[in-house]
Amino acid sequence: MWRLALLFCLCAFQVSAQSRDVIIGLSQERVDITANFDGSEIRIFGAVKRDSPVEPGENIDVIIAISGPSTPVTVRKKDRVAGIWVNTEAVEVDLAPSLYKLVTTGPLSEILLDVEDLRHSISIPRAIRSVGAPSDISDAAAFTEALIRIRKDQGLYQVLEDAVRMRDQTLFDAQIALPANLVEGTYDARVFLARDGTVIADYSTRIDVQKVGLERAIYRLAHDQPLVYGVLSLVIAIAAGWGASATFRYLFN
Amino acid sequence: MQIYLPIAEVSVNAFLLLGLGGMVGILSGMFGVGGGFLMTPLLFFIGIPPAVAVATEANQIVASSFSGLLAHLRRRTVDLRMGVVLLIGGLAGAALGVAIFNFLKGMGQVDLLVRLCYVVFLGVVGGLMFIESLRAIRRARSSEPVKIAPRKSRGWISVLPFKMRFRTSGLYISVIPPLAVGVVVGILAAIMGVGGGFIMVPAMIYILGMPTKVVVGTSLFQIIFVTAFTTLLHATTNYTVDMMLAVLLLVGGVIGAQVGTRIGVRLKAEQLRILLAALVLAVCGKLAFDLLVQPAELYSLGLPGGH
Repeated sequence: MWRLALLFCLCAFQVSAQSRDVIIGLSQERVDITANFDGSEIRIFGAVKRDSPVEPGENIDVIIAISGPSTPVTVRKKDRVAGIWVNTEAVEVDLAPSLYKLVTTGPLSEILLDVEDLRHSISIPRAIRSVGAPSDISDAAAFTEALIRIRKDQGLYQVLEDAVRMRDQTLFDAQIALPANLVEGTYDARVFLARDGTVIADYSTRIDVQKVGLERAIYRLAHDQPLVYGVLSLVIAIAAGWGASATFRYLFN
Repeated sequence: MQIYLPIAEVSVNAFLLLGLGGMVGILSGMFGVGGGFLMTPLLFFIGIPPAVAVATEANQIVASSFSGLLAHLRRRTVDLRMGVVLLIGGLAGAALGVAIFNFLKGMGQVDLLVRLCYVVFLGVVGGLMFIESLRAIRRARSSEPVKIAPRKSRGWISVLPFKMRFRTSGLYISVIPPLAVGVVVGILAAIMGVGGGFIMVPAMIYILGMPTKVVVGTSLFQIIFVTAFTTLLHATTNYTVDMMLAVLLLVGGVIGAQVGTRIGVRLKAEQLRILLAALVLAVCGKLAFDLLVQPAELYSLGLPGGH
């Protein structure tokens, strides 16, 4: 009885220390890559769930991270050999997301402590997993930086600070553009609430990105029945070649 | 209109592809070349991954060559027997080429190999053709009577064994040189994503001594089979043939080729050749420039290689 009372007190104390939770919704939970796919936009909206009113001066930050399927990537560096530029050194990055979009309510360095970043793998360098480079490579960090730079140029990696709109410390929403060069797979959408640089709540959900219709049929056929696919490609080529020649002969003779 | 390519996994403008196909098609119709040597680098420039560009281009060449071959078959300017011999060499070469391609892809050097091949072959062929057509134009200007060159004695070729009669070409030669030419062209077709016509045609005239009128048709005949074989190999080992990309390119290409053929008839042969030579040299120069000048981005990304 005595213990139960203590437990009850503890719980009550926990509540008075303001538990915060987050609820989110997505404008779409799957993205279809159709033949005329030209990028897509996802709207994420959410609310901070509280069991006590907003405290004066309370300041909650929101960080949203969308990441594509992770794969190993080889980063190669060119050097001048005998007058021409050839790939020489290579570093294998163990896992790098195919897409990484980070949107926040403020500059990441101010709203998130390094130790929290490390724990939750939020910033781009933390989201990339690189165990170690071969010992003959002196500046392995430059290779990871190059990976980030190239993917940023391709519009695949992006950090948008101040792109989450926050209202009354409770409602927030953000618009995230997905580029046209998406790959198929399961994407993760993670939302973090941070206060004074510490993550106080997080939530994650999935977005399915897949090719549909003709795109899917072609892709599957190419991988499941490569021989049939190859022959079919040739049949199309021959038919087109014959068709054009026949049509023009008919038109001009 | 943007279109998402299922294998290349990039989104490109469909009209850009149709236009590229059409433009290269016109040139190929005008000059009697497959156009692969132009199309493959152009596909690199618009952001198609090199492996997909090379494999898909092979597929497209099947279409444009078939269209051309039909015209030559009607005119009976195809030496089928010679074509088959060249083809046997070509298939062996293509298999070898795909193996080299995959090996170098694992080492991360495939890009370099493809570019080097382009620079060397385009440079040599473009240069020779340019000099030759310049001479022809000068000769036409000075209105000298054209000296008929004495029939070349094919010195070292005539001593090789395994002689065979090629009736359409009017030749009785060893099968070794045509087989060797076939192998070289097959390797190039697989590595560069080209038909190899620009190597094959001069080789047939100057090395094998075939009459010019059967050269183009016979070269087309063998190119169809070699590129078809290359397409199948790339499709089954690398899964890099993009059907959507191929269809867009070849629709533009076959129409362009028909238009080009009709333009070509109205131009003088030497003018045509010098234009083609200038084009070949321009592509070569651009590729050489990229190899020699420090690139803006020293790093590149790739899939972990198969080694």
